[in-house]
Amino acid sequence: MDKVLRQSWVKPVLFAACLIPLGLLAVRAATGGLGANPIEATNRFLGDWALRFLLIALAVTPLRALSGWNAVARWRRMLGLFAFAYVVLHFSSYVGLDQFFDWNAIGREIVKRRYITLGMLAVLLLIPLAVTSTDSMVRRLGGRRWRALHRLVYLIAPLGVTHHWMMVKKDITEPAIHAFILSMLLGWRVVARLRHNGATSNRKAAACSAPQSSSPLS
Amino acid sequence: MLIRSGAFPRESEVTDKALWLDRRRFLALGAAGALALSGAGAEAALPTVKGPFSTDEPPTPQKDVTTYNNFYELGVEKSDPAQLAPSYFGKPKPWSVTIAGECAKPGTLGYEDLIRPHKLEERIYRLRCVEAWSMVIPWVGIPLAEVLKRFEPNSRAKYVEFTTLQDPERLPGQRRAVIDWPYVEGLRMDEAMHPLTLLAVGLYGEELLPQNGAPIRLVVPWKYGFKSIKSIVRIRFAETPSKTAWMKAAPREYGFYANVNPAVDHPRWSQASERRIGEFLRRKTLPFNGYADQVASLYSGMDLAVNY
Repeated sequence: MDKVLRQSWVKPVLFAACLIPLGLLAVRAATGGLGANPIEATNRFLGDWALRFLLIALAVTPLRALSGWNAVARWRRMLGLFAFAYVVLHFSSYVGLDQFFDWNAIGREIVKRRYITLGMLAVLLLIPLAVTSTDSMVRRLGGRRWRALHRLVYLIAPLGVTHHWMMVKKDITEPAIHAFILSMLLGWRVVARLRHNGATSNRKAAACSAPQSSSPLS
Repeated sequence: MLIRSGAFPRESEVTDKALWLDRRRFLALGAAGALALSGAGAEAALPTVKGPFSTDEPPTPQKDVTTYNNFYELGVEKSDPAQLAPSYFGKPKPWSVTIAGECAKPGTLGYEDLIRPHKLEERIYRLRCVEAWSMVIPWVGIPLAEVLKRFEPNSRAKYVEFTTLQDPERLPGQRRAVIDWPYVEGLRMDEAMHPLTLLAVGLYGEELLPQNGAPIRLVVPWKYGFKSIKSIVRIRFAETPSKTAWMKAAPREYGFYANVNPAVDHPRWSQASERRIGEFLRRKTLPFNGYADQVASLYSGMDLAVNY
């Protein structure tokens, strides 16, 4: 499987697949498929996909570790950038369609509505991650600092899920599903880290004890 | 700002209205012929007279009015009710309504007995949803006051409580406890008896479709849409106000009065403006949804920020 995933056509196909939601939105917009309130429908649609892509990008590392398909790591940046793109589109549809650039109203909403505050914070925090996604930026920052910076996504994704949860009127099924998936993806990391630490300290312990055990020989 | 005042429609919009009025007249006059032409599937055209209080604003297209609905009993998405209704709630009638509580003549009446004594009026009202969107709907109905008087409410009747059908077989949304079923709404007696308050049985000259609250629903145009309870099976005169469905679900967000008020925000969004379905730009929300001249006096001396 890993071999198949490594083939050169896979990534372009995945890239095209990531554009499907956008295409679907365009078709719906053109055919009246967005219903009586197309602006609200557009905004919701883009917000849903922004969240889904955040979760998809967060799923890459666990998927790689659990399946052993190392090829999926090559998609992580692209999927993360698609998450960013859908977030920016969602933000733009709120500003440009829903509020029609009424900056006063938008400013008031950001301050007054906690779910919008959280959403805006998530957008802001994603910007440095997108900006530092190039190879040269990784080099300039150095792997350690780059990784530390990109751990911001562990804050951004919960912000996004909470933002959705708080704006839902009554039926919380969908945000609850998102929250469950997110907690799985983050929980896996916690467990993996604990195991890793455990393994490392065991190895350290073994390394420490080695000279002792070998001392009789020396 | 490009926001237009709701009170002064453009010339083009008025023309629009004339066009569809022609269509309605055609339906009213040629009901038999139209039925014969279009076959048995046609919606029953209702004989109506023009009622007072109608707005000149262009009505929201019938397709939007019948496909964009908040009716959680038929699903929580706006498109759910229109999609689910045919297979579950396609034939609401026969229907009966129970009148109970503080009145001289309680009892249970069939739909026909409840409606037949009255003249059906057409009232073109604005509808403002608490979610900050709005429509203009040509309702067909009877002033609620005329109906209520028949049951001779007594002096202890200070409030009226309404209840929606509870039937998870036909209203599958009720299989999940999204809110505490059945849906209950209430009005103060003077609100219920106000000439604007309508008991609607149709829209656009036709009988109500299930997604719009068939066969009989409330229309209180100066209050947020959720007060206008759908598919009513019970009307009870009471001494005390009822705890309504949304008050139980989220007391901080939804109060008993729920008068349209641009000055009092919903805790999670502004009520200062609204999107009229079919329009691109938001428009300013009017106090009491533009019916302040008729109803503001009902609330004189009340703090509407407290009594939201």
